[in-house]
Amino acid sequence: MIKPQKEKFSIIGNRLPKIEGFEKANGSALFTDDLVLPNMLIGKILRSPHPHALIKKIDTSKAEALPGVKAVMVGSELTEMYGVLPASQDETVLAIDKVRYIGDEVAAVAAIDEETAERACELIVVEYEVLKPCLTIEDGFREDIPKIHEHTKLANVMKEVHQEFGNVEEGFAEADFVMENEYFFEGNTHVPLEPHCAIGQWTNNRLTIWSSTQTPHYLHVALAKVLKMPRSHIRVIKPHIGAGYGGKSEPFALEFCAAWLSKKTGRPVKFLYSREEVFYAHRGRQPMKMILKTGVKNDGTLTGIHMRTFLDGGSFGSYGLVTTYYSGVFLTLPYKVKRFKFDAYRIYTNKPAGGPKRGHGAVQPRFAMECQMDKIAEKLGIDPIELRLKNAIEPNTMTVNSFRVTSCGIKDCLENTRKRSGWEMKFREFKNQSGKIIRKGIGVAASTYISGAGKSIIWNDMPHSGVQIKIDRGGGVTVFCGASDIGQGSDSMLAYVAAEVLGVEVTDVHVCQTDTHLTPVDLGSYSSRVTFMAGNACIQAAELIKTQLFEMASKKLGVKKDDLDCGRRLIFSKSDPSKFMDFVEAANMAESTFGTIGATGSYKPPKIGGTYKGSGAGPSPSYSFSTHIAEITLDVETGKVTVDKIWSAHDCGRALNPLIVEGQIEGSVYMGVGEALFEEHIFHKNGLHRNPSILEYKIPTILDTPEIESIIVESIDPEGPFGAKEAGEGPLHAAIPAIANAIFNAIGVRLDSTPFTPEKILKLLDEKTEAGDNNGKKKTRDIGAKKLVKSLETT
Amino acid sequence: MKSLITLKVNGDLFEIAVAPNRTLLEALRYECHLTGSKQGCDMGDCGACTVLIDGVPIQACITLAMDCVGKEIITVEGIARHNEPHPVQIAWNNQGASQCGYCTPGFMVVAKWLFDRNPDPTEEEIKTALSGNICRCTGYTKIISAMKEAIELMKDEQTAISHKG
Repeated sequence: MIKPQKEKFSIIGNRLPKIEGFEKANGSALFTDDLVLPNMLIGKILRSPHPHALIKKIDTSKAEALPGVKAVMVGSELTEMYGVLPASQDETVLAIDKVRYIGDEVAAVAAIDEETAERACELIVVEYEVLKPCLTIEDGFREDIPKIHEHTKLANVMKEVHQEFGNVEEGFAEADFVMENEYFFEGNTHVPLEPHCAIGQWTNNRLTIWSSTQTPHYLHVALAKVLKMPRSHIRVIKPHIGAGYGGKSEPFALEFCAAWLSKKTGRPVKFLYSREEVFYAHRGRQPMKMILKTGVKNDGTLTGIHMRTFLDGGSFGSYGLVTTYYSGVFLTLPYKVKRFKFDAYRIYTNKPAGGPKRGHGAVQPRFAMECQMDKIAEKLGIDPIELRLKNAIEPNTMTVNSFRVTSCGIKDCLENTRKRSGWEMKFREFKNQSGKIIRKGIGVAASTYISGAGKSIIWNDMPHSGVQIKIDRGGGVTVFCGASDIGQGSDSMLAYVAAEVLGVEVTDVHVCQTDTHLTPVDLGSYSSRVTFMAGNACIQAAELIKTQLFEMASKKLGVKKDDLDCGRRLIFSKSDPSKFMDFVEAANMAESTFGTIGATGSYKPPKIGGTYKGSGAGPSPSYSFSTHIAEITLDVETGKVTVDKIWSAHDCGRALNPLIVEGQIEGSVYMGVGEALFEEHIFHKNGLHRNPSILEYKIPTILDTPEIESIIVESIDPEGPFGAKEAGEGPLHAAIPAIANAIFNAIGVRLDSTPFTPEKILKLLDEKTEAGDNNGKKKTRDIGAKKLVKSLETT
Repeated sequence: MKSLITLKVNGDLFEIAVAPNRTLLEALRYECHLTGSKQGCDMGDCGACTVLIDGVPIQACITLAMDCVGKEIITVEGIARHNEPHPVQIAWNNQGASQCGYCTPGFMVVAKWLFDRNPDPTEEEIKTALSGNICRCTGYTKIISAMKEAIELMKDEQTAISHKG
């Protein structure tokens, strides 16, 4: 179904503004909270003050009696379990018998205004029987702590994964040395500027939901299941969305509550989470302990990798089954790995549930891997870029775990960043600073990511993306697609693609997005899949229409169809440009001949991946590649790291619009810098979130963000739309280890746990001084993972 | 107990009834139906709700509506000039400086304030001015490019005006 790639484009490849750019700049773009429906009520949720407790009794009578309160709901009203993955349906809308974290939803209220709803929540009396909480990964293996969910087999272990491809012990035996290190990646969260918001309107036994969701299709499925009504009676609409980065990729309590309370009251109900509630809703990067063991030959060849990961998953499954797999499987890229072993454990804890954040599950192990590559280079005395180049995979590779890699620009990425950053001189020069208080450092890291998951969450044979295009009599082109633009520019991408194929201007195209009554299904904006999948579907639909238009033009102009081309709203003969006709005229002729002009296109990934257990996690129709070089300044007296500049090269296949691709790279780098230096989701010992506000949870401001030089590497993917691959998540991963490696370059100290705070750096510098400054020879710091393995072995 | 107050927003007078604890952001969004200003954090940390009060950027989410009586309020809806976009809005569009766009209204307001006081700021001055506005999408790179393009657009405008004159 993939069309041959044209090399000359009129729209693709140009630096064009986004189609909704002005709307956003003048404040007229409507987000969910900007919508007000007549007679609308405001909803609020009562949340648990305990991390783990049984609910003995809930008394809502006082709340119901409060004037202005129209309805109160409790967990027992909606008992159907749901969860975004069919294999882990472990949530109910509100807690029924027990609460599982501080902030867990217990009851919900709809009232005439926010104040009344809040007051009503205060009047609800809940009797709890407090249970011992499970708050750490280690706790998760203890049988003396009550189970958070009854279905777990071993204590609070939600998921175990064990894989081996090739005999890794043989790999270690073949190696000249084996390196084993422990790493810890702190949990962090998305912080989209728009808090989660939903409006439910129940009329005539039908439901309409407006929601700030990245995955309207999965919300649609879950609403039908939980509310026990036909999916055809539910309409999900996604207005503009104030970003997500993975944080809005699954159904949340507020969507069900808005629906149910609307049914109970007969009036529309809106919920807008407070910022604190967004931190509870969370579903962000999961804290991860990792033990990475690598066999290496003296020439730098990797002979085998064994990765063990322990994930603190929080109170619910979310996407956790996938996260558990993703915490290892991508380590067979972008380097040649012949033998790979992987063991993972995801733990339920009494904390807000973790889930997918930009680079889902792969960012933590990538941090470990790229730091270890730096250690290997150091030990061998070779340049870290040379080590990566030596091991880098080539295009058209099959990995040991059956990932099919088609296009691959990893080497170009490495070469480009090396050249642009002045690496050669700086790397050597910065290493030999001594006695200086302010030191400079430079570090490199590489990474890879998927262009969409080859298998959808709900396994079936249906397309992952559908696009419908219709042409109106004035020549306007409307693209209907369920893809969710969350700020990444996917609506604009569809407009560029449709305009390119049909030869019209971008301004002629209108994108009608994400309204389940109007648009075909798209699985959602996650796993960096939209450009690849919706883009291909859009090409297919547009090509079908073009065929009809060319048939008309061929008759009218008297030229063969294959001699026709289109552009600038004209259809013309390639061999005789004096023969041309208007796009509108051709469309009108076609409508007279064929009837209403419309076509559909769809995309489903080719059959890829292995047949082993867990083989569904990781295969993608295409992989992107990135390398980062970070230059930093470090003050050894204060421990403060300033990232001065990051050079980020990203292989995105073809850049459909370089301006938007750069924006994606820059945003990813920014978020990586935040994760490296400041961001941590931290909790009191009793499970209370310590920093649930934008003031306390530190994210970089414009003053903390380095200069970012984004370098687009185009490998032109054979299956991507016009050759495109993903650019949304891949460029994040390498930022964190590149900064860690730059810190080592500056001060000879390894940061094996995130974030790289001044306190941590000073402590390590002190330890280094005590150890007699014999850097590199010091034993790996104990981050607790090995202890965990020991205790696992003894149980 | 609600009181009847008059707010002057973007040159228009809005007579609204507000409770003493009603924030300016709520009053703008729910009473004046000017939804451009956004609620991001509701605690004055993110800048998405920034408006100009008597020419000064203030976070509307931590300002009481009643305290704004008799003052000139400018929101993102009041940034365009004579039905034409402000140069910073044109530049924002050209440079792809909005991704999700939720923070953009706050940035527009601060940019207007900066350019009204200093039509040719340095990069450092731009960064300092915008440091109270969080953008989680762009890494600020395209925002800085847009601010620089806006400066050039305003210079071109000035040149055009002086040639006319």
